[in-house]
Amino acid sequence: MVSLDKIKAIRDRVRKQFLPADNTYRVVVGMATCGIAAGAKSVYDELVKVIKEKGLDNVTVSQTGCIGACQYEPIVEVYSGDQRVTYVKITADKVDEIIYRHLMGGHPVEKYTIGAVLKSGEDDNILSIEDTAFYKYQKRVALRNCGIINPESIDEYIAFDGYQALIDCITKYTPEEVIEIVKASGLRGRGGGGFPTGIKWSLAAKNQADQKYVCCNADEGDPGAFMDRSVLEGDPHAVIEAMAIAGYAIGATQGYIYVRAEYPVAVKRLKIAIDQAREYGLLGKNILGTDFTFDLDIRLGAGAFVCGEETALMTSIEGKRGEPRPRPPYPAVKGLFGKPTILNNVETYANIPQIILKGSEWFASMGTEKSKGTKVFALGGKINNTGLVEIPMGTTLRQVIEEIGGGIPNGKKFKAAQTGGPSGGCIPSSKFEIEIDYDNLVNIGSMMGSGGLIVMDEDTCMVDIAKFFLDFTVDESCGKCTPCRIGTKRLHEMLEKITSGNATMEDLDKLEELCYYIKDNALCGLGQTAPNPVLSTLKYFYDEYKAHVVDRKCPAGVCKNLISYVIDDTKCKRCTACKRACPVQAIEGAVKQPHVIDQSKCIKCGACYEACKFGAVVKR
Amino acid sequence: MKKSISKIPFRGTPEQEKQLMEVIKKHRDQKDALIKVMQEAQEIYGYLPLEVQQMIAEGMNVPVEEVYGIATFYAMFSLSPKGENKISVCLGTACYVKGAQALIDRITEVLGIRPGECTEDGKFSLEACRCIGACGLAPVMTINDDVYGRLTDKDVDGILKKYMD
Repeated sequence: MVSLDKIKAIRDRVRKQFLPADNTYRVVVGMATCGIAAGAKSVYDELVKVIKEKGLDNVTVSQTGCIGACQYEPIVEVYSGDQRVTYVKITADKVDEIIYRHLMGGHPVEKYTIGAVLKSGEDDNILSIEDTAFYKYQKRVALRNCGIINPESIDEYIAFDGYQALIDCITKYTPEEVIEIVKASGLRGRGGGGFPTGIKWSLAAKNQADQKYVCCNADEGDPGAFMDRSVLEGDPHAVIEAMAIAGYAIGATQGYIYVRAEYPVAVKRLKIAIDQAREYGLLGKNILGTDFTFDLDIRLGAGAFVCGEETALMTSIEGKRGEPRPRPPYPAVKGLFGKPTILNNVETYANIPQIILKGSEWFASMGTEKSKGTKVFALGGKINNTGLVEIPMGTTLRQVIEEIGGGIPNGKKFKAAQTGGPSGGCIPSSKFEIEIDYDNLVNIGSMMGSGGLIVMDEDTCMVDIAKFFLDFTVDESCGKCTPCRIGTKRLHEMLEKITSGNATMEDLDKLEELCYYIKDNALCGLGQTAPNPVLSTLKYFYDEYKAHVVDRKCPAGVCKNLISYVIDDTKCKRCTACKRACPVQAIEGAVKQPHVIDQSKCIKCGACYEACKFGAVVKR
Repeated sequence: MKKSISKIPFRGTPEQEKQLMEVIKKHRDQKDALIKVMQEAQEIYGYLPLEVQQMIAEGMNVPVEEVYGIATFYAMFSLSPKGENKISVCLGTACYVKGAQALIDRITEVLGIRPGECTEDGKFSLEACRCIGACGLAPVMTINDDVYGRLTDKDVDGILKKYMD
């Protein structure tokens, strides 16, 4: 165990490393899963090797978590004095040049910096990611350490005031005071539901029991969402510290982090962090010599989406099929192993230490009236800057997509943004100015969800997207309650009927009716929200449904049964490229003779469409 | 979730059984450890055939139905063996929007297996997996521990070739 003085000494000593003098350099490589997938490991190894060979003792190299700009991975950043230089899309063969010219010569290699790679003119000559439009509108609270510190070093976490919030809590505040601070901050659950965190804690604190539990939901299952993974990979100690604070506040001595087995890097870094915290006496018996005892265990999920639902998650920790239980009793009364339990999401926890340190007023000063603070979104789909962004609540969708996201690629038109994964809905372009917060999103038929934000352009068929999500929920429904098990299956069949061109207008009415029935009657959150993708697309893209049913056409050209490929004779150069590409010999014609597609033979594979260089093959 | 049960006969070795028994011994008295034991058993055998499920049920003193119930509930547990090279194509929203289905179609064309299946020579198995969180690289597929991103169906043949010999 280390003493409070020792922690202060570590903070002062390590803090200095983060303020390198002008002629010393701190080099960090973004090594979250996406960075590693893009090849960051070989870049890191090469940096370490060459720096050692050249004997550069004024340079330190370390790994860090997610820097946020996914499509520019692997990312290497160099800090020196006040200067921060962000190198993007770095490969091992570019390392020599950076070391020679920048770390030895003192001149950043401009052609590899983020400014040189960004397309828009205004960003030319920018060296640091902080000065890009992508970064400028962000406000990093939950992600404050991600991409800055080495997630496998507790000392670096301590250098940025790590564990100070826990120390303050157990030495200065009573549990009631801690709960009051969290309540006053207005923090709401970041997993999607948006339940006020402080109230959740106070309910569990009130219940007397011989044992209580603190759980963390890291079973991030929404397709397109990777906020929690990034926090765990970039700043695992923040979650551990917050869980210990929660344990102190409600009187629990044991915590569980339920994390997806699909996130091996996050699991590894969590394990390292827990061991380090135990070694420093920040977890375990009598933390820092006080009466407070708290320890943590990791439980690996086994790939069931429903386990993100709180009661199902607890059933799964107990080692059973992860089926939800009816509520009430709520987990605050009867949760894990039948004891009072609180469950919060990773991102919710990541906010807690900052709230304790900087005060509830500071936190409440950000955001909108009923949604305080910031929210992390995983921006993906048809957008130029994919990545992880943290924005103050109340930022408009337009700002996120146009300014931070840099707009839609290839000059295509924005069609919809999907939030909340399979439980959420699609936001159409008519709601482009909406201020993003919990209540606004629910009012327009979507929901905050855990933070996936997928952008869709004119080539996306909204009926097909609704079917995609239903396909997901049919697969993931646990089967315990009938409305969800059978209802989602029927919804999926109806959507199949529509996309194959066999539906009538009456089917559309039935589709809507069934949606409301499932919403009202399903047992848990998964079933109750499963119809949202259908309802929101019906609401905003009814014309597209109608086109499928009445005209038997798919306007986006996605639904195979409803499109046909034809050759535009005015553009056709009669080169037979399409004919040669066709796998079923459906195209008639020869060089210098008109080409025609025989619709009775065509299997609509699109090979001719891809093969034609002149845009003469068109979808109808 | 639908699970295909393999018809390939069980070929467990005595060493594997010994390893499994050690795992069971370690966790026998923990009431919440059944999933953990099954996860470790799958690491030992590569999948969970009925024979292994029976051994776990006996060792942990629970009905085999309970083990089977868990094995079929969670997507991670496989009831059929995996190929030497495990291909998974991410079908998360971001990958789907960017054309992941075309990757699967091409793999099926080349290898003749659909998601959930394994080639007869045991070289390749294919699965469509849930979002792996590499959405910035969409569409993504992984073969064993290698991640391939920003793909089109035209890249598939070249990548598969690397694993063919």
